[in-house]
Amino acid sequence: MSEKITETEVRHIASLSRLKLTDEQVDAFAGELAAILSYVRQLEEVDVDGVEPTPYAVELRDVVRDDQVCPSFSPEQATANAPQREGSFFKVPKVLDQGAP
Amino acid sequence: MRTVKQTITTIQSRDMSATEAVRESLDAIEKRKGDIGAFLSVHGERALEKARDMDQRIAAGERNLPLAGLPVAVKDNMCTDFGKTTCASRILENYSSPYNAHVVDRLQQAGAIIVGKTNLDEFAMGASNEYSAFGPVRNPWDTRRVAGGSSGGSAAAVAAGMVPAALGSDTGGSIRMPASLCGTVGLKPTYGRVSRYGLVAFGSSLDQIGPLCKTVEDAAILLSAIAGHDPRDATSINESVPRFELGLDAPIRGTRIGFPRSFFVEGLEESTRRCVQAAIEVYRDNGAEIIDIELPHVKYAVACYYVVATAECSSNLARFDGVHYGYRALNPADVFDLYAASRHDGFGPEVIRRIMLGTYALSSGYYDAYYLRALRVRTLLRRDFANAFEKVDAIIAPVSPSTAYAIGEKSGDPLAMYLTDIYTTAANLTGTCAMSVPCGFDDQHLPVGFQLMGPVLAEQRILALGHQYQLHTDHHLAEPN
Repeated sequence: MSEKITETEVRHIASLSRLKLTDEQVDAFAGELAAILSYVRQLEEVDVDGVEPTPYAVELRDVVRDDQVCPSFSPEQATANAPQREGSFFKVPKVLDQGAP
Repeated sequence: MRTVKQTITTIQSRDMSATEAVRESLDAIEKRKGDIGAFLSVHGERALEKARDMDQRIAAGERNLPLAGLPVAVKDNMCTDFGKTTCASRILENYSSPYNAHVVDRLQQAGAIIVGKTNLDEFAMGASNEYSAFGPVRNPWDTRRVAGGSSGGSAAAVAAGMVPAALGSDTGGSIRMPASLCGTVGLKPTYGRVSRYGLVAFGSSLDQIGPLCKTVEDAAILLSAIAGHDPRDATSINESVPRFELGLDAPIRGTRIGFPRSFFVEGLEESTRRCVQAAIEVYRDNGAEIIDIELPHVKYAVACYYVVATAECSSNLARFDGVHYGYRALNPADVFDLYAASRHDGFGPEVIRRIMLGTYALSSGYYDAYYLRALRVRTLLRRDFANAFEKVDAIIAPVSPSTAYAIGEKSGDPLAMYLTDIYTTAANLTGTCAMSVPCGFDDQHLPVGFQLMGPVLAEQRILALGHQYQLHTDHHLAEPN
């Protein structure tokens, strides 16, 4: 693990997070993330050999239910909060014929 | 201000109408509207209409309304099919939920009347309630100081006598921290005890809804109303729910209370230590056995928590994309830019910081070193608590390392703010129940709370212990000017 977070790394993480950052933010995050991660790295002291991970603290069991038709939102309700829509469709910029970002 | 118990019994005996109770609450909110910032929206007309309707139902002799006419507030990260649900974020500033959270349905079915929605740290991410996009919550005991977060609006509203009770959510201490700093009771139930359906998700394996109120008995009454299985939350526990308020008589005598000495050694403000120590003596004087316990991995809880919580946050907040709901940036170059610009403009700095941290911890090359390792440490923490709860019935601990600090004091240093969660995150990571109870004041007359922690589904036990403590003390009766 690197001790410092580079500007390139911050931009990569921002891109994975789908976040646009200003240059000042990139600069600030490089320092802040490094400080927080260096604190978090104390977890390296702990001997976790053979220890199972706990994604949920309370034991979960599979839940099954009957396959029944239930009331749900109308397309009108489901799209009511969309910032842009056309009829009951969500409107987005063109996604085809473009290289991946 | 009346307690929940007093309010509902006064209404039941017809000495006060629901309309009067709601009007009183709305007046109290209006009076301190400007200087505390507890509410993001107040729904006065709707509440009065519901109250008049409730008065008719009471007059008609309707039963099964345990909270008939009780004015309550809910944190603004719980969906309501009226008004806005903003999560104190620009990205949801104009969001109108088409449905109610499970807890909102439960409160209303029990006869409670929602008067408004309370301020919080944006998306419940913060420990001071300074990270709200709509201004901080100020502490009713001293408005130059923080209320604690993230359920700061709910705690301040109860402390200032605006409502007898409010709901908050707790992912790493967000009910208990503001309860402690504002001098109210705050209960984080066992993970899965209360349905999360309609709670805007932050850390899905950690989030839990619970009540903030003046007394432990009130917390018991509220928990009885909101707890229980809900098929719409796959992690909801299918266990019977007692009427917690009827089980508060268990005596302190003979109870074994765990004392984690390491919590009291360093980093704890002296006046806070003194107050918590005095609470321990109340238990000892009343016949509890105080037993030293070791929680060897608890010193790693904050580090573990900030990996797990931010990882879950980065995944949960992916849904805010400027397409389905919420803020959308204008004139994006392409669909990637639409996402990235909407999220940049819509999220505040702490939310962006946590999404970045979580994305980092989950990213290729770092997943094993950070996320998977944190989940393994979480297992060791669970074992620590399981071992402790074999020897003791409950654990007593501080809630916050200090009383309320000045607004602006820590907000510039994210790590310093994270470290204030030192006593609270373990209960979320281990899924256990925990409650903050007022236990006195520091030299500046700022409230101090202590924490009672219990095993999974042992709410009844810590509620009884907390209630018995309040029968012997009067700290919970103090009110800010």
